[in-house]
Amino acid sequence: MPRQLEGSRAVAEAVALCRPEVICAYPISPQTHIVENLSQLVKSGELAPCEFVNVESEFAAMSASIGASATGARAYTATASQGLLYMAEALYNASGLGLPIVMTVANRAIGAPINIWNDHSDSMSQRDSGWIQLYAETNQEALDLHIQAFRLAEELSTPVMVCMDGFILTHAVERVEMPTQEQVDAFLPPFQPRQVLDPDEPITIGAMVGPEAFMEVKYLAHAKQMQALELIPEIATDFKRAFARDSGGLIRSYRTEDAETIVVALGSVLGTIKDTVDELREQGMKIGVVGIASFRPFPLDAVRAALGHAQRVLVLEKALAVGIGGIVSANVRMALTGLQLHGYTAIAGLGGRPITKTSLNALFTDAAADRLEPLTFLDLDWELVNRELKRMAGSRASGPHAENMLRDLGAVAAGPV
Amino acid sequence: MFEVRIHGRGGQGVVTAAEMLSLAAFDEGRYAQAFPSFGSERMGAPVVAFCRIDDHEIRTREPVMEPDALIVQDPTLLHQVDVFGGCKPDGFILINSARSFDELGLGEFVQGFRHERLLTVPASELAREHTGRAVANAALLGGFAALTGVISLEAVERAIRERFAGAVAEGNVAAARAACVWVVAELRELSGATPA
Repeated sequence: MPRQLEGSRAVAEAVALCRPEVICAYPISPQTHIVENLSQLVKSGELAPCEFVNVESEFAAMSASIGASATGARAYTATASQGLLYMAEALYNASGLGLPIVMTVANRAIGAPINIWNDHSDSMSQRDSGWIQLYAETNQEALDLHIQAFRLAEELSTPVMVCMDGFILTHAVERVEMPTQEQVDAFLPPFQPRQVLDPDEPITIGAMVGPEAFMEVKYLAHAKQMQALELIPEIATDFKRAFARDSGGLIRSYRTEDAETIVVALGSVLGTIKDTVDELREQGMKIGVVGIASFRPFPLDAVRAALGHAQRVLVLEKALAVGIGGIVSANVRMALTGLQLHGYTAIAGLGGRPITKTSLNALFTDAAADRLEPLTFLDLDWELVNRELKRMAGSRASGPHAENMLRDLGAVAAGPV
Repeated sequence: MFEVRIHGRGGQGVVTAAEMLSLAAFDEGRYAQAFPSFGSERMGAPVVAFCRIDDHEIRTREPVMEPDALIVQDPTLLHQVDVFGGCKPDGFILINSARSFDELGLGEFVQGFRHERLLTVPASELAREHTGRAVANAALLGGFAALTGVISLEAVERAIRERFAGAVAEGNVAAARAACVWVVAELRELSGATPA
């Protein structure tokens, strides 16, 4: 039976259906509603047995999750933005140790300037941490991906991040199908850990490894992600059989069969892009979109197969690799090695800047006519940028960027003190 | 697709109004997507929330730029933020106020709009009367149901009861009904019919 739920609530209920035994979390917007809901489910006894550990930081959240997972408990946590950065050291430990923790990242920008709104800077910054990264397009997919993520993580003994757009999904109330406990139990077997810390049969986990085997241990993390390239589609197929829904997988194509222009993106913006593609198709433009559901592992072969026949590819991404431009687009380019086609990158939606159909329509039209620069910043306020650049050129002591630019905009509380 | 934008201030239940509107539409078998405008959460700050209603899955995630209906929960915003941005002449506008559009200084602005789609309703007063608190969100949804016909009053009542419980729910249901009755009477008056 469908229900009308906030995304955070839907994810919390789905995680609870996966029977996590330990949840360690520290609240941060826009992740907070997820862990609040889970703590209520634990407190009320609806989710039992489960230990909800209020920790003092995200570093502790991940460290405690590592400890819990190493004892053989199914462990879950969630974070966002600066919280993810704060747990960065522990992220590498979780993946290096091969512990199948599942974590939601409610995608949010990274400061400075401080900003609570959505983009993908946080999870993209941890793309090489050894975690699998799955990106949800809708709240239905977000809740479905969590159920798939536990199975994927535990089969491979490697941690999985489920990334969902902060606010845009976490705070959106929309229709979702919530599976039953029986369905999830049938899909997700009990956790059978590869390694267990047990006082009755003591072992150590986390030995120091020198040059003699460090590369080999590290390679195993890569080997597991290469296995995930096979396993992710299998799990998606099994999921469809069990729940009668398409969710997850490596990539998903929309109207790309005869497309000359293909847009590539991740996450919830795919919905807005699909609507825009429909509008442009009605005007006769041969355009389609490929959504990347699994960013780590990056499905090079699937992306190449999906894009190879196009004349041009536009990667639209919600993160910026300062000093070069696109992150996703660099990966997409690798998939297209040796193919002759135009490649464009558009950086969009940073810090919560709305990505509108109007702007996408203009961007795609320019791309299709090969009028785009290689790197575009969608809806960038050039006047605002140029004023600050001029100020910097005019004075050595031009002051702080953020305050200067807010003052230019007439925003409140940004004037000189 | 029918798109609604609700303006108010932090603490007035604007986000909850959008959520309840989506619950009401869902209750009537439709697809609905409610979401806030993601401002920093603080009491009194301008807040915007959106609700889209359609007969099939809603994919777009952009903010509502050109609302089919606008609900202004706090009339002190009228001359502070651009609440009317993107409003269409055939759109609905419902303002929480005991004063008329002319009295609010909007008479000139709404020339060219369809006047039977523009109403003010004293929702805070109705809410205070029925709930003891001047939180106007539920009452405005009752008025919205009567003004637009996009959702029924019964669906609004069920949405309120799903979101709240006990006396809070029943008080808000009563406020929504009162606002609905009020709007129906106003519309009759506008159409020149004899008031019931």
